[in-house]
Order: sequence, then C-alpha cells, then structure tokens
Amino acid sequence: MEFDWLFFCEVTLAGLGSGALLALTALAFVLIYKATKVVNLAIGEMLMVGAYLFFSFAAGFGLPVWLAIPLALIGGGLLGAIVERTIIRPMLGESAISVFMVTIGLGSVLVGLVEIIWGAAPTQLPDFMGTTPLFIGDAYVSRKIAIGFAVASIVIAAFVLAFRFWRGGVALRATATDQGAAYSCGIDVPKVFSAAWIVAGVAAAGAGILVGAVGGISPTMGVFGLSALVVVIVGGLDSIAGALVGGLIVGLVEAWSGTFIGGEYKLLATFGLLILILMVRPYGLFGTVEIERL
Amino acid sequence: MTSAAPPILDVSNIEVIYNKTVQVLRGLSLCVPRGRIVALLGSNGAGKSTTLKAISRLLELEDGAVTGGAIRFDGADIAPLAPHALVRKGLFHVMEGRRIFDDLTVEENLTAATFALTGRRAPPKSFDIVYDYFPRLHERRSGLAGYLSGGEQQMLAIGRALIADPQLILLDEPSLGLSPMLVEEIFTIIARINREQGASMLLVEQNAAVAFAVSHYAYIMETGKIVIDGPVETLMRDQDVREFYLGMGVGAAGHKSFRDIKHYKRRKRWLS
Repeated sequence: MEFDWLFFCEVTLAGLGSGALLALTALAFVLIYKATKVVNLAIGEMLMVGAYLFFSFAAGFGLPVWLAIPLALIGGGLLGAIVERTIIRPMLGESAISVFMVTIGLGSVLVGLVEIIWGAAPTQLPDFMGTTPLFIGDAYVSRKIAIGFAVASIVIAAFVLAFRFWRGGVALRATATDQGAAYSCGIDVPKVFSAAWIVAGVAAAGAGILVGAVGGISPTMGVFGLSALVVVIVGGLDSIAGALVGGLIVGLVEAWSGTFIGGEYKLLATFGLLILILMVRPYGLFGTVEIERL
Repeated sequence: MTSAAPPILDVSNIEVIYNKTVQVLRGLSLCVPRGRIVALLGSNGAGKSTTLKAISRLLELEDGAVTGGAIRFDGADIAPLAPHALVRKGLFHVMEGRRIFDDLTVEENLTAATFALTGRRAPPKSFDIVYDYFPRLHERRSGLAGYLSGGEQQMLAIGRALIADPQLILLDEPSLGLSPMLVEEIFTIIARINREQGASMLLVEQNAAVAFAVSHYAYIMETGKIVIDGPVETLMRDQDVREFYLGMGVGAAGHKSFRDIKHYKRRKRWLS
C-alpha cells in the first residue's frame, strides 16, 4: 500500500497542535511544582473552570470575545490565588502525600461546583476563531488547532525567556532550590508561592479556553489534565522546556497511534511511552535529578 | 559591656524551644556594638546556630520558637518582622553549610540577593564589589554554583551578603569544611569587609583561634547560655579559655589524659 504522506503530515500537524495545548497545561503544573513542590492534580479541573468562565462571559453575559478572554484569565488567576491562600498554604510543612491528596479532593470539589452552576451536560463554546481551514503546503490544518498551537508556543517561549532573564524567575528558582536560603536573601517566599499559583491559574484558564474551543466543554474535560500529567512526568516535573517537548511528544504519539493503530490504543501508546521513558530517565527528559518523586 | 553608641544588635534573655518540647536556649543575652566583629564560640550542640536563627527569624522554618526575652536590631524589636523583611532592613544571615542555590549560576545567586534591597532608596550595588573581594568568582560567574569548590561556595555565600548591603552580618561557621589556608584567606576578607564596608558581624565558629584573630569581643556559650564573655585580648589571657578553646595547655606536658577531662568538666560547672 502506498504510504499517504500528505495524510501523515496532516495527522502530525494535528498532533503538534494538541501537543501544544498539553504543553500549556503542563506549564501550569510545572510552575506550581517548581515553586512550591506541590503536585497539583486539580490542574485539569482548574482548566475546566477557566473554560466555563469564558463560556459564562461570552455566551451567558453576551460579552465580546476580546473582553471575555481577559475576564476568564483573571478569573483563573483568582481561582489560583484563592486555592493557594485557603487550601495550600495551611498545608505547608505537611507531607507531600497529604498535599497531593488535598489537590485530588479539590479537583472533585471543582467538578461538583461546575455541575451545580452550569449543569452536567456538555456544551460548545461560542465560536470565536472562525472555521476557515488553513493550509501549510497542501496539508490541511484546523484553524482552531493552529491558533492554539501559536498561542501555546508564544506563551511557553515567553516563560522560558522570563525564567532565564527576569529577576522574578531567579526568585522562583531560588525558592524552589532552598526556601530557607531564599528567605535569607530577602525573597518574600509566600509571595512567590502566591505568584506561582496565580500565574498557573491564568495559564490553566487560557489552556481551558483553547481546549474548550477545539473539543467543547463539559464537567469531565478535566481528564485532559491526566494527559498533561503524563506530559510533565515525561518532560520532568520541574522543567518548563520539558513541558514543551513532553507536550509535543505526547501530542504526536496520541495523534499517530489514534489514527494509524486505532483510537482504543491511544492511551496504551501514551502510557507505554511513559513507562519506557521513566525506565531510561527516572526523572523525566529534562527533570532535575535530585527532585522528589511521588 | 560598655559602649557609647547604641548597639546594632541587642539580645536579652531569650529562650528558644524546638517543636514545642526541646529547650535549646535558656536565657541567652548578647550584644553587638556597631562596626564590631563579635565572636560566639562553643562546643557542638551549645546552641550557637540556634541563636543566629533566632536573630534572623529563620528559626520558624524549623519549627522552633522564641518563647521568652527580646531581640532588638537597630533599636527596634524584630518580633513583628517576617524573615525576608528583616533582611531588607539590613540583617543578613550567612547560613551554616553555605546554602547557595546549586542549580543557579554564580551571577543568578547574586541576583537572588538583590531582593534584599527591595524597598531601599540606594541604587543596587554592582556585582563588581563581590568580584573585587573574590576574583575567583568572577572567573566562574556564568557557571552553575553547585559545581564550585567548597571554598568558592563559601565566598559566594559571603558575596550574597555583600550584595545585600547589610548593617549586620550573621556568619555561621564560615570555616566549615575548608582547608586551613582557605580559612585564613576567607577570614582575612571577612576582616576587610568589616573595615571597608562598616558592616557589624556576629560570627559563630568552632575554630576559636581564627575567630579571635578577627573579632573584637567574644562570647562563649555552653548548653544554651553564655558562660564567659569579654574583649578578645582579655579572653586570650584567660587560663580556662586558653586551655579549653585554644588548645594551649598550661603545663609543659604535651598530652592530656582522660583524668584531666574529668577535671575539665568539674571546672566547667564552676564556670557556669
């Protein structure tokens, strides 16, 4: 059988697109882990809340998209701030497993709240990106996927640069390495914690809007966070570059296996890849070697 | 001690309890006059590091609490200040074991210390001041700090203090794990920093000889309180200090037997 290169390219592009969204979600996860060493399993649910906020502002209140997006992002940041202040900070100093369990509970609470407020039925986000397909050469790319990819890569690039060259990035990395020493250098450690959660909340809400625009929204869309968890474990829990590379790898593997082997093998391929990578590099592709494992 | 100017640091009668159960400091008082280097000596477990952590308020991170007494820095009680706020007011703690940020470069370590200048009027210092004192750090400024040698890491830890432009530096065992030559080099620079930058210092050391060489005044503590204090010249002549802390015996017989150690214990009790 002749191999259909054009089709392969299209699948690849779609995979890269969803990989970029995974990377953006993983970025939110990594930010929190890097600063606070908290494994936040509610990241998928924070993403979902962001998507629903956008849905409310755009469809419910009928606000224009250029206003609804920033409002949803602010809402996501606010959610991050509230979670950090009321749930995570009192848990400081408790064992990693306790905090981890608390975030699982937080995820369930968020799902419940969304179902109470917006109902359990899946809905569509109002279309704001247009549907005209894009063509790269002859290959077809969905417009939403392309926009998602562009946004995610710009945001991730901005973060990589900020962490390298901005003073605040140094503060965050210093806090991650040694909290006591960070205090002794005059770094306001609690503020770094809050900032990490707020920025992660914004990133998650942004990812939620993009994911919702591509696949619709429902209270169960937080499952997307599970794939993002695979991404961060593959890339390394504390590496932003790892989130990007891991996201693209997982996106591609999901797209290729889903198309060429069959949709039911998608998870098998992804988690098989996870096991393989962890066997070779237990800390992920770019993870810091002595970081804590679960 | 008598001093005309008000001291930069005044610790009076503090008690520290770890984990709500273990009392480590029992009524400790000490005082650092402006512009001076004061040494705090004592054996392992005497509570020297705890004293420094109580002063810099980093104690809270280790589940310790100051349960009595008062600590005044620059005339003001430090109790209401968070650790980072205290650093921004000019009290810098160079922690035991260097505690540099391994995954950051030398320059980024210094950048981290610039957060100590938050809220101050003065323009941020150039890193050149650190490189002037420690030229070796300049050569390695873009390398990861974790790959520096022990001596260079200690230099970096002191360099971070320089960037923070403090009025008082708490130094916790800067000689830890360094060769005698490096210890001498580092202490020479510590004395220079004190002279040239005018920073007062409270120095915790195991190595009494080297600490006496740079300090003006010294406190010796045992099991949570001060047992002897005085100007360094006086302490250097003190028979007990010479014998127990400087390792200079009284008699001509070079070696000491364990019987003498018993004798030492007895005299120690008399001292406190």
